[in-house]
Amino acid sequence: MALLQIAEPGESTAPHQHRLAVGIDLGTTNSLVATVRNSVPVVLNDEKGRALLPSVVRYLADGTTVVGHAAQAAQAQDPRNTVASVKRFMGRGLADVAHVESMSYVFEDAPGMVRLRTAQGAKSPVEVSADILRTLRVRAEASLGGELTGAVITVPAYFDDAQRQATKDAAKLAGLDVLRLLNEPTAAAIAYGLDNASEGIYAVYDLGGGTFDISILKLSRGVFEVLATSGDAALGGDDFDHRVYCWLIEASRIGPPGLEDMRTLYMEARRAKEVLSAQDAVHIGLKLSGGEEIDVTLTRDAFADMTKKLVDKTLVPTRKALRDAGLAPEDVKGVVMVGGATRMPHVQHAVGEFFGQEPLTNLDPDKVVAIGAAIQANVLAGNRAAGDDWLLLDVIPLSLGLETMGGLVEKVIPRNSTIPTARAQEFTTFRDGQTAMAIHVVQGERERVSDCRSLARFELRGIPPMVAGAARIRVSFQVDADGLLSVSARELGTGIESRIEVKPSYGLGDDEVARMLKDGFEHATEDMGARALAEQRVEAQRLGEATRAALAADGDLLDGAERAEIDAVLADLATAAGGEDVAAIKKALDALSRVTDEFAARRMNRSIQRALAGRSVESL
Amino acid sequence: MSEPAGTLPDADLFSRDHFALFGLPRRFAIDERALESRYHELQSAAHPDRHAHRPEQERRLSMQWATRINEGYRLLRAPLTRARYLLELSGVDVGAENNTAMPADFLMQQMEWREALDEARDARDPAALDSLARNLRAARREAEALLAHELDEAHDTAAAAATVRRMMFIARLGEDIAEAHETLEN
Repeated sequence: MALLQIAEPGESTAPHQHRLAVGIDLGTTNSLVATVRNSVPVVLNDEKGRALLPSVVRYLADGTTVVGHAAQAAQAQDPRNTVASVKRFMGRGLADVAHVESMSYVFEDAPGMVRLRTAQGAKSPVEVSADILRTLRVRAEASLGGELTGAVITVPAYFDDAQRQATKDAAKLAGLDVLRLLNEPTAAAIAYGLDNASEGIYAVYDLGGGTFDISILKLSRGVFEVLATSGDAALGGDDFDHRVYCWLIEASRIGPPGLEDMRTLYMEARRAKEVLSAQDAVHIGLKLSGGEEIDVTLTRDAFADMTKKLVDKTLVPTRKALRDAGLAPEDVKGVVMVGGATRMPHVQHAVGEFFGQEPLTNLDPDKVVAIGAAIQANVLAGNRAAGDDWLLLDVIPLSLGLETMGGLVEKVIPRNSTIPTARAQEFTTFRDGQTAMAIHVVQGERERVSDCRSLARFELRGIPPMVAGAARIRVSFQVDADGLLSVSARELGTGIESRIEVKPSYGLGDDEVARMLKDGFEHATEDMGARALAEQRVEAQRLGEATRAALAADGDLLDGAERAEIDAVLADLATAAGGEDVAAIKKALDALSRVTDEFAARRMNRSIQRALAGRSVESL
Repeated sequence: MSEPAGTLPDADLFSRDHFALFGLPRRFAIDERALESRYHELQSAAHPDRHAHRPEQERRLSMQWATRINEGYRLLRAPLTRARYLLELSGVDVGAENNTAMPADFLMQQMEWREALDEARDARDPAALDSLARNLRAARREAEALLAHELDEAHDTAAAAATVRRMMFIARLGEDIAEAHETLEN
């Protein structure tokens, strides 16, 4: 059969064309982008040869937005409009953020997530993160010479649903197609494990700028299985800076500094911390805007003393993760160190002492996460090569549950459940004639709702009036491979179904994301219509190719009539994609999806059966 | 290719019981290594990471399958959930909520363990918690050996249900010990 090929000038239609995919480490302090080029993972540098992009964004009154080194340099000069460490605010309300008093921003407490007031108006942390991601996307596209198929974005393993959703929204806003949200320690484990062909139990200790994760993994024959993860989503290198900052003010006997001095002192504190990883002492001498002089020396020992509590604080989740995995420190074969903050000698020492072995520091702790994400992105985009048959099995970090009577939490999915996962719980009415039920979804380990994070509230309506206890309401949780939750509920007792789907979205509604996306396109003076047509054509090409490949491989699963139907719709799609009518392409795409539903299900069954048959002869 | 295919895959594959899905005999005693390698093989075919670049409908199917395989692995891997599942397949409800009748000697044992936990907690003594955890592990192993006999050889589901209820108590106590450890560390 003659199939029309749709090719834009300069666009290859080769079925095995390499798809451009990147891994992005969206860090508290620095962000990176990496890709797999000629089977080798590489970090992509900026035009000046720098790999790290400081996660700092400056909003100027004239509408210009500056991201990275230039913004970082302007921190002290323009502290209000220059946002650093925005990751700490992702998916967080004002009350959740620590050390607000020593931050130079003007906060606005918005429902769901805090906003920062800048010269360009109130900015959500999602928008600020999107500006960082956009800069990395542009860097990658310039470096790779084409539009990206998709990206894997890393998140701290201990990020909750709100923080994950916010990260995904930011990527969408930056024009990235998110292939997967990947946990940072897991990304590091992939990079490390594939590089060293490791087998056995490994711990990944990941102390970043603002977050701490500990993951325990079992590596066996190409399978990376996370056994348990724990952490602290508000503990990182920034807190060490804060300790030094407080010490500087105390030791120099100065009063509360103004905004500019505050930033200057923070930058000095960070510099001192970094110097102390290589030297025994550091001198800090500077003059503040009011004329006060600071002239002090900090020794490595004194620094270790003043931050000991922070290091000890990382060992609490470490013990918990081991306990959850049912293991002792001596069961761990290797400890991989990740994150710039693990360069501090007293951190390495404490971890070494806890596990009774030298931690592994042979991979650059700043780059290993981005490298792992790039390897995963390459495989997810469909560039799987021979030897790429490794498999990743990750978990959710925090239990998910529902509020029950008396403000207590009923856990539905326990922490460390392997994802994707789904569980359901049945509830009943407690009043006669009750026709609605409030459903409150929470995340956390504590017994009381008030001690957990509230994710979403919704109401199930239209329950037929019955005596108390007669209705059966089934609430189902589904966590996908990104670790994101969706909830549905229905009444089973009478056969009358009420159903609602909830995707918690934390202050940024889908319509708000859509509006921001639209604004972004308008700024870019792009023709929306032309873009929509181009997108639908790419989609038509993708789906057409995927279907033809499926027919070639498993066409025997269809009878003659079924096959003829699919062929006809494929031809329609090719015709539509050759035209200019966006709606017609969309209609053909929907039709193709509909007529191939059953085929897809049969193909999936076949691949499961083959997986099963692979071994059954030998061991049954 | 125009003829109806002779070997359509089993349409009920998805709704098979977990033992069948993993290609394992329906028994309490299980080859853990075989279970694990089956799990890896099944997820290698089904996991969303293997279908991320494929059409939306395939990604949805993949998530459903991977979810089911994870659920099956979770139930079959741990002896307690595996025993409960076997009883469920035989139509026996363990009835954890309403049927709490336990033999007197186990009730005595329970009380002793509870007291030991309270004492260790009050004394803030992690070593005492560890020692209690060791005792529990021994009791759990004993119960597992008993279950293997009751389920696989004697086929005495009533006795097995009672053993399962004992194991559920031991598991809950184990969780309380972990929690007590956490409280001590914080």
